[in-house]
This record gives sequence, C-alpha cells and structure tokens, in this order.
Amino acid sequence: MKIRELAEKMDLAPLSLPDGDREVEGFYAGDLLSWVMGRANAGNVWFTIMSNVNVLAVASLVDLSAVVLAEGVTLSDKDAASALEKGINVFTSEKSTFELCALAGELAK
Amino acid sequence: MAEAITFHYDVDGENFTSAGNASVQVKRKLRQLGFPPEIIKRVSIAMYEGEINMVIHASGGSADVTVTPEEVRIVLTDHGPGIADVALAMREGYSTAPDNIRSLGFGAGMGLPNMKRYTDTMEIDTEVGRGTTITMTVKVA
Repeated sequence: MKIRELAEKMDLAPLSLPDGDREVEGFYAGDLLSWVMGRANAGNVWFTIMSNVNVLAVASLVDLSAVVLAEGVTLSDKDAASALEKGINVFTSEKSTFELCALAGELAK
Repeated sequence: MAEAITFHYDVDGENFTSAGNASVQVKRKLRQLGFPPEIIKRVSIAMYEGEINMVIHASGGSADVTVTPEEVRIVLTDHGPGIADVALAMREGYSTAPDNIRSLGFGAGMGLPNMKRYTDTMEIDTEVGRGTTITMTVKVA
C-alpha cells in the first residue's frame, strides 16, 4: 500500500507530503527516540506524540516511510518546511497512538 | 588499499535543534560514495546517538569520520564531565539525562547501547573531569 492510500484510509491530515507514492512497509509506535531508532525498520510508518526537529532526524536516519503525529499533535511551520525539504512524509491525526495502531492492524490484515 | 577519505565536524553544544547535522551529512556522503544502505544506517544512527550525547552531557565536541572501502571509523571527542561508571552507562535504560531532555524524547538510556549495537567495535576512553573519546568502527565487507 502506498502512503497516500494509507492516509486516505486512516483519515490522516498531511503536514508534509513530498513522497505520497512511497510504499508502506510495516508500522512502529513509540516516543523515545533512541528506542525507535534502535528498533524501527526502514519503510515503517511511525506513530508518535513527539513533535520536534529530532523526530525528523530519526525519520530520516531510519528512512521511515512516514511519521504520524497522534492526539492532534502538529509540527511548527519551520519543522514542516524542514520535513518537506528533507523528503519526509508527516501527518497528524486526532486519534490516539493506540487507535492508530488498532486501525493499522486492521489494514495490515 | 585505497586512500582514506576523512571528514571533520564540530558539534555545537548549545543548539539542540542542529544536533544530528553531522550524521545527516555523513549519511549523504556515504550514499554518494555508494555504500550499501544497511552500512549507511548503522553509521548514521551510531553517530547521531553520539552527537546527541555530546550535546546533552558535554556541551558539544567534535566528530571525525574516516572512510575506506573496508570500514568507516567514527571518533567522537568531547571535553565534558566524563563517564564515572562506563558499565552502568552501557546498560539499557540507564540515563542521567535531565527532565528537559527527556521531554524531547531522549534520555531513554539507549544511546550508548545503540552505538554498540550498530557498530562492530566501540571503545570508550573517558576520565571524570577530562572528557570522553569514543571510537567506533563499522566494517563494510
């Protein structure tokens, strides 16, 4: 499934969408950046409530296919511009991390 | 053996938002040099963790990266407080990061363990009051 398709099915609002055709390759959830960096895999969609520039660094280093900010968390305009420039897909959702995981679990079946 | 390529970066200890700049640049250079994605990931994550550590604990430092076809060597040097108990610092989940750092999503106590996990060798030379030098290598072959 492509990121664009996932966003539509999960009702995710784009904050930065430079590569909507990127393939989704699994999911990961967590808020401790080093933990995510050590455990998430390239191509994963990452659910988190963290939103700062370091989240973008982690997404870029691990080569994640998208970051989804849960609970209505959003990016500053500056960070959104930076995400776009770095080619990182970032979305926001009103759903909790748990609700996003449950939904992703259904879609992954 | 082909000649080594070296890169030097100063890690700004005051600026948390620019932490990671050196590892992102190294990642880009290794990609240009045609290294496999898995190697690039290991090098850039180990280096990013090191950079963050220098910003959190040591008011910055420097990073020197030496690239040959056989290996990538990263040397991180700081003049921070040093590590009193290396074995404890290496334990997953142990962290001395302050609350304001934790609120940024760091301080999981995974930095040094991740650096070890993603590299083939890692040596820590540290002395309380003098600073810390960490040398890591990632074998390419």
